[in-house]
Amino acid sequence: MLDYVKLLILGLVAVCAAIAASYARDMLYMIHAILVMVTAGGLFLWQLRRTGEPRFVNQNEYMDGPVKAAAIMTAFWAVVGFLVGVFIAFQLAFPQLNFDWAQPYLNFGRLRPLHTSAVIFAFGGTGLLAASFYVVQRTSAARMWGGGLAWFVFWGYQFFIVLAATSYILGGSQSREYAEPEWYIDLWLVVVWVAYLLLFVGTLMKRREPHIYVANWFFLSFIVTVAMLHVVNNLAVPVSIFGSRSVSLFSGVQDAMTQWWYGHNAVGFFLTAGFLGMMYYFIPKQAERPVYSYKLSIIHFWALIFLYIWAGPHHLHYTALPDWASTLGMVFSIVLWMPSWGGMINGLMTLSGAWDKLRTDPVLRMMVTSVAFYGMSTFEGPMMSIRAVNSLSHYTDWTIGHVHSGALGWNGMITFGMLYYLFPKLWNRQALYSLRMVSWHYWLATIGIVLYAASMWVTGIMEGLMWREVDAQGFLVNSFADTVDAKFPMYVVRGLGGVMYLTGAIIMAYNLWMTVRKGVAKQDTTVAAPAE
Amino acid sequence: MTEDKNRHPEEQILQEGDPDTTGHTWDGIKEFNNPLPRWWLWTFYGCIVWGIGYTVLYPAWPLVQGATPGILGFSTRTEVAEDIERFDAMNADIRQRITEVDLTEINATANPDLYNYAIQGGAATFATWCSQCHGSGAAGVQASGYPNLLDDDWLWGGTIEEIHYTISHGIRNEDDPDARYSEMTAFEGLLSDEEIAQVVQYVRNISGQEHDAELAAAGEEVFLYNCAACHTDEGTGDQFMGAPNLTDAIWLYGGSEEAIEHTVRYSRFGVMPTWSEDATEAGRLSEAEVRSVAVYVHSLGGGQ
Repeated sequence: MLDYVKLLILGLVAVCAAIAASYARDMLYMIHAILVMVTAGGLFLWQLRRTGEPRFVNQNEYMDGPVKAAAIMTAFWAVVGFLVGVFIAFQLAFPQLNFDWAQPYLNFGRLRPLHTSAVIFAFGGTGLLAASFYVVQRTSAARMWGGGLAWFVFWGYQFFIVLAATSYILGGSQSREYAEPEWYIDLWLVVVWVAYLLLFVGTLMKRREPHIYVANWFFLSFIVTVAMLHVVNNLAVPVSIFGSRSVSLFSGVQDAMTQWWYGHNAVGFFLTAGFLGMMYYFIPKQAERPVYSYKLSIIHFWALIFLYIWAGPHHLHYTALPDWASTLGMVFSIVLWMPSWGGMINGLMTLSGAWDKLRTDPVLRMMVTSVAFYGMSTFEGPMMSIRAVNSLSHYTDWTIGHVHSGALGWNGMITFGMLYYLFPKLWNRQALYSLRMVSWHYWLATIGIVLYAASMWVTGIMEGLMWREVDAQGFLVNSFADTVDAKFPMYVVRGLGGVMYLTGAIIMAYNLWMTVRKGVAKQDTTVAAPAE
Repeated sequence: MTEDKNRHPEEQILQEGDPDTTGHTWDGIKEFNNPLPRWWLWTFYGCIVWGIGYTVLYPAWPLVQGATPGILGFSTRTEVAEDIERFDAMNADIRQRITEVDLTEINATANPDLYNYAIQGGAATFATWCSQCHGSGAAGVQASGYPNLLDDDWLWGGTIEEIHYTISHGIRNEDDPDARYSEMTAFEGLLSDEEIAQVVQYVRNISGQEHDAELAAAGEEVFLYNCAACHTDEGTGDQFMGAPNLTDAIWLYGGSEEAIEHTVRYSRFGVMPTWSEDATEAGRLSEAEVRSVAVYVHSLGGGQ
C-alpha cells in the first residue's frame, strides 16, 4: 500500500515539475524544475521496479545505512567546501582569479555563498545528520523510527544542497546571509526538516534507556530551533509561482533584526548546540571516560539555549537598530560566556584520568583541540559583542577570523574526530588505515587555523584602526582602497592557511577511503546489535 | 574476569579515586556526579549581576511607550551628532571663508590656514570619492582611461579655475548640462583600413615612437583632413575640446599600435560624474569640498 502512495506522490511531483518547467519565468527556475522532474521520474521508475517485492529488515539491528552514507558525504563536502574557500580566499588576494571567461558564474560574489553553504550546511549539516542518526540509536538502544524515513531525510537534504549550490552559481539568492536559497528551496528544506524532527523524536520515544542522553538534548534543541529560525527568517512572497524570485515579508530594520536573529542562532543552534551533541558522545567514547559532570551538562544546556536566542542584535551595533535592542543583545551575549564554557569544561575534564592518551591517540587530540578552539571562540564572541570593541571590529576581517577559528577549529576538528571514530565502527574495521596520516592531518589543520586566524586578527584590527583614523580637523586619513591595499600580504597568508587545512582534509578523505577498502575486518560483530 | 552477559561491551570502567556516577549508562557512557565548578558558577553569577547593572545604566528594557533610557543618558545617535557638531563648529569659520575668497587666493602665502584646511580636507574627499578611478595616489590607471593627476599634461586645463570647473560639473555625464563635453568621431567606415593604418603610423611618428616611415608619410594627409580640427595641425591637442596632446609620451588609452587603432576606429568616451551639489541633484560635494579637492589636485605637481 505504502509503495503505491509513494508511486502516486512521485508521479504527481514529476508531472507538476514538468508543468512548472514549461511555464518557468527564469532560467534558474526552469533548470531546477527539470532537475526535480528528472529526479522524481527516476525515483518513480526505481520504485516501480521494486514494488511488491518482499523486503526483509531486521528490526533488531541499528539502521546504519544512512549513517554510512552521511559519513561519506560529510568527507566529500568537506573537501568541496574547503576547496571553494581556498579559491575565494585567493580571489580576494588576486582579483584576476575572477576570470573574465567565467563571468558571472564564478565571481567572488557567487562563490562566497557557495563556500559558506558548502561548509556550514553541506559539510556541517551532513555531519550532524551522521552524528545524530548514529548517536540517537546507540544511546536510546533503539533502531531509528519511521522505516526508511532516515533515507528520505538524508537524500532530501542532499537534494536541498544541490538546489542551493546550483542556484548560487546561476545567480539565485535572497540576499540573506546563510539563508540565500530562494523560496521553493526553503519550502523543500521545511519538508525535509519536519521529517528529521519526526524521525528523531520517534526514535527517542521508542528508546529502551530510562533517560535521554545529554547529546540528544542538544540534537533535539538544534532540530527544533533551526526549524523555527528557518521558517520565520524565510517568510516571503514569491513574485510568481513559476519564478525563482521572492520578496521578504520584512523590511528595513525589522528585516535586518530578523535576519541576524536567524544568523546568530544559526551559529548558536546549528554550529554550537548541534556540535555539542556530537562532542557529548564522541569524546567520552574516544577517551573511554565518563562525562565529567551531569549537573554541569544540565545547567549549561538550559542556560545556553535560553540565552543564545537573544544575542542576535549584537550584529547590528551602531546601525538603525534602537540602542535598547543593541544593549540587550550585548548583555545576553556576555552572560552567555559561562554557559558556552560549560560545554568546554565538560569536554576537557572528561579527559581527567585519560590525559596520557593524547600522546598516543591523534583522534582524541583532534577532538580536544576542537574543544579548545570552541572555548577560544566563545570567549572572543562575547568580547566582540561589547559595543566599544564592536565599533572597531565590525565590518573588518576580525569577524572573518573569529568565525573561522570557530568553524575550522571547533566544527571542523570535532567532525574530523567523529569521522575517524565512525569509519572503523561502521565498516567493522579493527582500526583506521593510518594513524600517521591522522597526525599529519592534525598538524596541517592546526597550523592552517593559526595562520588563518592570526592573519585575520592583524588585518581586522589594522583596517578598523585605519577606517577610524581622523586628522586634527576631523578629516578621514585613509581611503577604503588604502585599507584594501594594506591587507594584501595577510590575504596571502590566509590563503596559505586555507591550503594547509584543505590538504589535511584530502589526506583524511584518502585515509577513510583506505580504511574501508584495506582495513582488517573485526571478528566480533556483536556491536551491531542493540544493547539490552 | 567473569563475563556479565548484560554488560555493554564498551561499558566504561571506573578508575580508583573516581567520583560517583549518576548510575545511568548509555551505550557504555557514564556520567560523573561532579558538582558545578565553583569558579564557573561564580563567574556566571558575576556576569548576570553585571548584566543587570548594565541594563540599569544604559537604554535596555522595552516598555509600552518606549524603552528604559538608562541612568547615564547614553545614546549612540547623540554621540555621533555631538562629534559632528564639534568638528563643524571648529571648522565653521574656515569653511565660510574658503567659499568666499578667490580660488587663486587659497595658497600657502596668502591664506596659510585656508590652504592647510583645503589640502587636508581635499585629500580626505579625494580618498573617499575620487580614488576609485584616479587611484589613492592620484596616479590614475595608465592606458585605461583614468588620467594621471600628478603630471602637467591636462585634458581640460590645469589652472585652479579649470580644475574647479571640471570637478564641479564632470565630463560627458548626463546629469549636468554644464559638464565638459566633446566627442571624438569613430572612423570605422569613414576611413578605409589602409587610411587607418596610415594615420596610426603617423601618430606613432609624431609621438616619437617606432613606426613604418612610408605609411606614416602617407598618414599625414589623413591626419590633417580628419584629426587636425581638434588635435591641431601639430597634433598637440586642444584643451578647450578636451582633445589630448598626441605628441608626448603620455597616453590616456595607450600608445601601442593596437590601442591607437582601436581609438581611431571606435573612438573613446571617458565619463566623469558631476560633483557639485550646487550644480545638480546628482552632486555629492559642497562648494567648500569641491574647492578643497581642486586645491588639493592643483597642488599635486601639475597645477598651472
